[in-house]
Formats: sequence, C-alpha cells, structure tokens
Amino acid sequence: MNTTLEALIQAHRDQAGALLPILHAIQNQLGYVPAEATPLIAKSLNLSRAEVHGVISFYHHFRTTPPGKHTLQICRAESCQSMGSRDLEAHAKAALGIDYHQTTTDGAISLEPVYCLGNCACSPAVRVGDEVQGRMDAAHLDALIAELRQGGVA
Amino acid sequence: MSYKIYVPCDTTAVSIGADKVATAISQQAQAQGLAIELVRNGSRGLFWLEPMVEVETAQGRVAYGPVRMSDVASLFEAQFLEAGDHPLKLGLTEEIPFLKQQERLTFARVGVIDPLSVSDYAAHGGWAGLRNALTLTQADIVSAVTVSGLRGRGGAAFPAGIKWQTVLTAQGEQKYIVCNADEGDSGTFSDRMLMEGDPFCLIEGMIIAGVAVGATQGYIYLRSEYPRAFTTLKTAIANAKAAGFLGANILNSGKAFELEVRLGAGAYICGEETSLLESLEGKRGQVRAKPPLPAIQGLFGKPTVVNNVITLASVPVILAKGAAFYANYGMGRSRGTLAFQLAGNIKHGGLVEKAFGLSLQALLNDFGGGSRSGKPIRTVQVGGPLGAYVPAEQFHLPLDYEAFAKEEFMIGHGGVVAFDDSVNMAQMAQFAMEFCVEESCGKCTPCRIGSVRGVEVIERIRQGENRAANVELLKDLCDTMINGSLCAMGGMTPFPVLSALKYFPTDFGLNAAPKV
Repeated sequence: MNTTLEALIQAHRDQAGALLPILHAIQNQLGYVPAEATPLIAKSLNLSRAEVHGVISFYHHFRTTPPGKHTLQICRAESCQSMGSRDLEAHAKAALGIDYHQTTTDGAISLEPVYCLGNCACSPAVRVGDEVQGRMDAAHLDALIAELRQGGVA
Repeated sequence: MSYKIYVPCDTTAVSIGADKVATAISQQAQAQGLAIELVRNGSRGLFWLEPMVEVETAQGRVAYGPVRMSDVASLFEAQFLEAGDHPLKLGLTEEIPFLKQQERLTFARVGVIDPLSVSDYAAHGGWAGLRNALTLTQADIVSAVTVSGLRGRGGAAFPAGIKWQTVLTAQGEQKYIVCNADEGDSGTFSDRMLMEGDPFCLIEGMIIAGVAVGATQGYIYLRSEYPRAFTTLKTAIANAKAAGFLGANILNSGKAFELEVRLGAGAYICGEETSLLESLEGKRGQVRAKPPLPAIQGLFGKPTVVNNVITLASVPVILAKGAAFYANYGMGRSRGTLAFQLAGNIKHGGLVEKAFGLSLQALLNDFGGGSRSGKPIRTVQVGGPLGAYVPAEQFHLPLDYEAFAKEEFMIGHGGVVAFDDSVNMAQMAQFAMEFCVEESCGKCTPCRIGSVRGVEVIERIRQGENRAANVELLKDLCDTMINGSLCAMGGMTPFPVLSALKYFPTDFGLNAAPKV
C-alpha cells in the first residue's frame, strides 16, 4: 500500500497546487483515500497532517473508507426534484436497505447524493461510475440495481 | 461512396442511449456492407429529440429522433442514409423551429462539428478570432472585449473587459487565466455542452485572454461531476498543442500559452471565484475576503483573470467578427446573447441561445412547449439554487440582467428550472437552506450557522408552530445572511426562500402575502 501511495504522490508532487491532483490519483487507483496517505502526503508537500486532513474532509468527492463495488449517485438538486427525484431517492434507499453514505451489506453498492450532474434537460438523473443515466424512474432504477448486483455495467 | 452520420457523444444524449444507438448503427452498416463515417458530435441541445441522429445529404443534414436502439433496423430499412422517410424523420436539422429561431454565436459549432478535430473547427470559422488578436495590441484586444459589452456569464455579470483591463495593467512577472468550469447550478449545462461539443472554442478564448493580458499559463477548473468533459478537454488540449495553437510559440507569434485542466472535488462553493483559486492552490475551498481582487492578487497571489466557460468561449466570435457585431445583439446593458438552458419539468428541454430581451414566457412556451407533465407551470427558478422562484404572473419579464434585478430575480448563468403545480414551495424554500448547510464553506457565520437555523425555522413554520413570529424570524435571519455573508452563497440563499414566501404564502400555511 505505502509503495503505491508513494508512487502516486511522487507522480504529482511537482505540479503547482499538487494536493488535489494527488488525492484524485489516489482515489482513482484505490477507490478511497486511506488514512495512511495523510502523513505521507503531508511530508511530501511540506504540509501539516491537519492541513491535509482538512482538505480531504472538505470535499464531498473524497472518501476515507472503501466504497462498494459500484457507487450509485442520485441527483438531489432542484431540476431533478421537479421531476420526482425525492420519490426516486426514497425508492433507492428502500430498495437497497441503506441510507446515503452507506454501502449494502453484500458490498455491491454504495449510495451517495450528488448536487447536479448537468443533465437537467432529462431529469431525474443518476450516475454510476462515469456513466450518467437520465429520465430515471423507479422501474429503471430497479433494473439498474439488479444489473449492478450481477456485476454488470460501469 | 461513404455516408456521414452524426450521433452525439454529449453526456445527456448518452444518458438516454446515444452510445447504444451509435454501436447499433455501426453494426448494422457493417452487416449490410455499407461504408459509413460515424462522427460523435456534440449535442444541438434539443434534448427531447435525443438521441438525435443526423445524416449528411446534398441538401444539408437531415435529422431523426429520438432514436432508440430498437429503431435502428427500421431506419436502415427506410434508407435513412439517403434521407428516406421514417416516423422519426425530423427533416433538415437547421429548419427545426427550436433551432432555427435561435441566434447561435457562442454555440455556432456545438453539435455541428467533430469536437476533437482541429481542422473541422477551423473549417467552421475557428481560430479566426485568435489570428485577428495576434495582429492587435494587447490594449486593442481588451478594448474589443469591453466594447462588445460582454459580461461575466457565470452569474455575476461583471463586465469582462474591465476585469481584463485590470489584469493587463497589474504588475506581475506571472499572470494566469483561470476558467471557471465548476458549473454547479442546478438547471445549467451550457458549460458542459460547450466543453463536450466545441472544446477548441473555449481553448481559443483562453489563448486570446492570455495574449491580451500577458498571461502564459491557463487552468480550467472543471467539476468532478463532468467526467466526459474532462476527457474531451484533455484530448482537445493535446490536439491544439500538436497543431501549434498552444505552447511556447503560438502560431509563430512569439507568444506563449500553456493550458491545463484540473478537477474539482464536489464542492459547490468552488464555483465562487476566490474559493476556486484556493482549491486550485490545493487548499480547502474557502472563500477569500475581497479586496484584494483576484485580478490583482489571484492564483498563487498573481494577477489572474477568472472567467466562466461561456464568457471565454464568447471571445473568439467577438475577435473574429468584431465588437460591434456582438454588441448589436441584446437590450439595455445586456449585450450579446445568452445560452439559456431549459430544464426540470419542461416538455422541450434544451439549450436556447438568444439575444437578451426575449421574455420568459416566450422561452418557456415558444421554445419549451410548456411543462413535461402537461400541468400548468407554476414557477421557474432562474439562475440556479441561489436564484429566486419567479411566479407565473412575472413570466412577461424580458430576460435582461437589469429587468430581473429590479424584481430581485437573477438571470445568473441562464438556467431555467420549471416546476408544475404539484410543487410545494415551502419544501423548496427549506431545501434552499439545506443546500446551503451542505455546501457552505464555513468561513463566515451568517452562512454557516444561518443556514442551519434557516432549515429549523422553516420546518417550524411548515408545522404551524408559532407561525407569524417564525415568519418574522425567518425574514430577520434572511436579512442577516444577505447583508452579513462573505460571498453569494450565504448572501443569496435567502432569495429563493424569500421569493417562495412572497409569491406562494399559502404553501407555508399563511393566508395572505406577508410583506417581504
């Protein structure tokens, strides 16, 4: 783990404003930013551990625990609300048996809120990995969840 | 003979099946031994017709849509490659009224060209602005932007030329151009469409800005929710560099400009320019107190132009066709065009680039076609989550920065989110405060604490607890947030709240409109 982290830090540390690129690189590779990363980054960038921790915890995108195999984001913003996303999120929570920021017990799906995917002309929208899906409804969401549980898509 | 077919690679088109349609078309063509050239273009912005497939013909491009994967076989049977008749045939793309009635200056090429082809971009008028700029003095380039009347399209509507002039005259061995591509407002997607559909237009605008103010390094700060735009921009930057438009000696002019795209990390506040700069520097995205202005002390303490995507992408046409050409569009002090975005509960959702001055009514009905649900549109939120809810009786207002500001509304980035009569406005008001709780950077008290108290007090009003007194308390709280917050996050969160209260009092359990 530490060798991986060191290599990722090394690859980005000389960029101006290197901290976010480093954190993105780590999360892209590992799925999250592990606790071990903080002192290594701090040392490399000559920052305090508190400063690094402060940045990690500030941004919604960075997570400090491993995610499920797939991360399902549901848009909570106004445009999606106007097309029924409040019902959709309630349906997702019930179907998965979890709340936001939690992972299903089988480790298949983590559920996260997101505020706007820029897909507002085809609301409501959800995102799995890098794929956005528009005009989502309960039936399509059930199908998507089933597909994810079987290890398909994204 | 090879047929040329266009299937958009735009996020929204793909979100409703464009990739599957593209694959099906390729497979079907191969099975039938037909030679096709499949171009993945940006979207024309007619999203209710996406995935919209276009075929090039001698008469122009002919559109079919919305195409599902299961329609592909019948399209081939109908000989759509020869513009054959089919129930999904829309006719010549340019003649579709939604598109024909627009004034596309900034979005002239989006959906038309191959987004990653430097030569396709050039063939459609690209790089002409930059080539002109390279023959002008720095002061003349800035002057053209000032005279065009272009104002910041991110929401604040600050005159772009004045910002550039400040950076031009500021002293600094290094200056920066920063593009704010942290398009976080709900109901907005014009930045994303442009970056995915015509990235060279943004790149050209940034190079012109760099040449104008003497900046040699540019950054695009892109939100992490836009992975497709990220990939497109990175490839486009590499292609532009390979073609000599970026680097140490742009088009042998002796001028240098380097460009890099950086990802945000899911913080709405980083759309605020000083917070964005902090984030680019690798810090928590907390707002800076102004002054100093970013134009004087911006990124890494150096003079910096921070402009929105659409602002920068409007620069090439201004330099190519002249300031007067651009300024000739619009009304009052709102010059040029704005790329309005129709979103939410709307039948014809999409992008409408028009000169300022058309009415909200025209935008919602003539272009939008009313609500998607078929029920009456009760209100629209214009300008993102910090914008007011405009009631139907105000839909006659012209879309003009000043006309909107007079009524305490905001045009902002041009996003229009429609709601039908099933909306509960007290719930939406509460959501505005909840969003502020979630996204406040935490630096100033009115925003950080005020939003939490705002959620609580709206909750009490909704439950009928001491209603009159709590409405007074809410108005007082909003006053504190408006006047005491460091930036627009806390300072404008009250606008959706107060407009909901003013125009939809019954949703709060009140009888008559309280004085706001």
